[in-house]
Amino acid sequence: MNTTMRLSSSVSRSFVAKIEKISGQKLLACYQCGKCSAGCPMAAYMDILPNQIIRMAQLGMQKQLLASRTIWTCVSCLTCNSRCPKNIHIAEVIESLRETALRNGQRDDRLKIWEISPEVRSDLPPIATISAMRKLTS
Amino acid sequence: MGSENIPMKLIYYPGCTLKNSARNFDVSTVSSMARLDVEVEELERWNCCGTVHALGAENVMNRVAPVTNLIRVKEAQSNEFMTSCAMCYNTLKRANNDVKKNPEKLSTINEFLNLETTKYEGDVDVLHLLEYVRDRVGFDKLAEKVKKPLKGLRVACYYGCLLVRPKEVAFDDVENPMIMENLVAALGATPVNFPLKTECCGAYHAVASPEIIADRTDKIMGSASEGDVDMVVVSCPMCAYNLDFRQDDAKRLNPDFKHLPVLYFTQLMALALDCGEEALGFELNHIDPIPALAARGLD
Repeated sequence: MNTTMRLSSSVSRSFVAKIEKISGQKLLACYQCGKCSAGCPMAAYMDILPNQIIRMAQLGMQKQLLASRTIWTCVSCLTCNSRCPKNIHIAEVIESLRETALRNGQRDDRLKIWEISPEVRSDLPPIATISAMRKLTS
Repeated sequence: MGSENIPMKLIYYPGCTLKNSARNFDVSTVSSMARLDVEVEELERWNCCGTVHALGAENVMNRVAPVTNLIRVKEAQSNEFMTSCAMCYNTLKRANNDVKKNPEKLSTINEFLNLETTKYEGDVDVLHLLEYVRDRVGFDKLAEKVKKPLKGLRVACYYGCLLVRPKEVAFDDVENPMIMENLVAALGATPVNFPLKTECCGAYHAVASPEIIADRTDKIMGSASEGDVDMVVVSCPMCAYNLDFRQDDAKRLNPDFKHLPVLYFTQLMALALDCGEEALGFELNHIDPIPALAARGLD
């Protein structure tokens, strides 16, 4: 049975539907046990914890989610996914938020590779630069 | 499994970083496999693996690069291939699983790659070197081939994320993998308990947020140091960069930080199998491993 939540704003409703479609996840499966945040190695550098991200996504809080530091901090290590007792792929939800922010038509990239010094760039392994660009640029 | 004298052939996908900053990983992979009677043949015309698996449920575009490599494997008349880079392994294996599970996605990719004469039909397997050595060569045979046992060497084995997550690509326990410990034990070394062995190193934050990497390196290498180890071994050039090259940043953050060499597991194999100095490539490691090895009489 599909459970649905009554959201008063249609903007919120369409945002929830979009995040669920991109991520392939059922947000309402989450019962807020907090295991994702407890094990997250990046939690110390986040402003909103992973379990809070899921709650806010259920409620369609688009503005706060897309402005959060967390969506850029998560590196998809998948510790949350592998420990979630409800088998929710939290990292996929965060990636769908990141993709939504990157595809807002503003080309508002989080990494400006030309601002990294040539010395640092030549020192970095190729996989670091390529993966950063894949995750942080539109 | 091949007999003692007939070398097994194996298609090998090195990936970009093993041909650049991690040439020590490449050369130690190829030479140690030769000692194990495995004839490694580099895949022709390989391209970027994709580096990270795009997590979008309906993503097709980011599967094109990995699938092109799977086509090259078929063109090399093989139905399997090996890579030693954890990042390449994860991306190639996940893309392969995805297109095997979603035939309509695969047919879209095949149509997009319409200039290719070979179609991909989900008929190639992606192997990591660790599972190849365990399952095809065998750790018992590896132990027999050891010429310089790494006696007394205390080693912390670091898996990071990509060898164990998600569980669909893991070839060992997700929370407490032991395959690398078993490998270093076969080489005569002593694997040491390492609580943070599957904790993320911070990955590509190395590019724009080096302060995060300094903190992760301090915590992860600090956990290894508690086991009184001589070195940490890894299977990922991304982890190797963060944990090895960023130790000076970790030291600035925490004055009690203790420097430790970080080696690829293949460098330990090449050392124990006595592949010669050129196969080790220690000059590309940031923290010189030679003093730690010399302290155990292994230089």
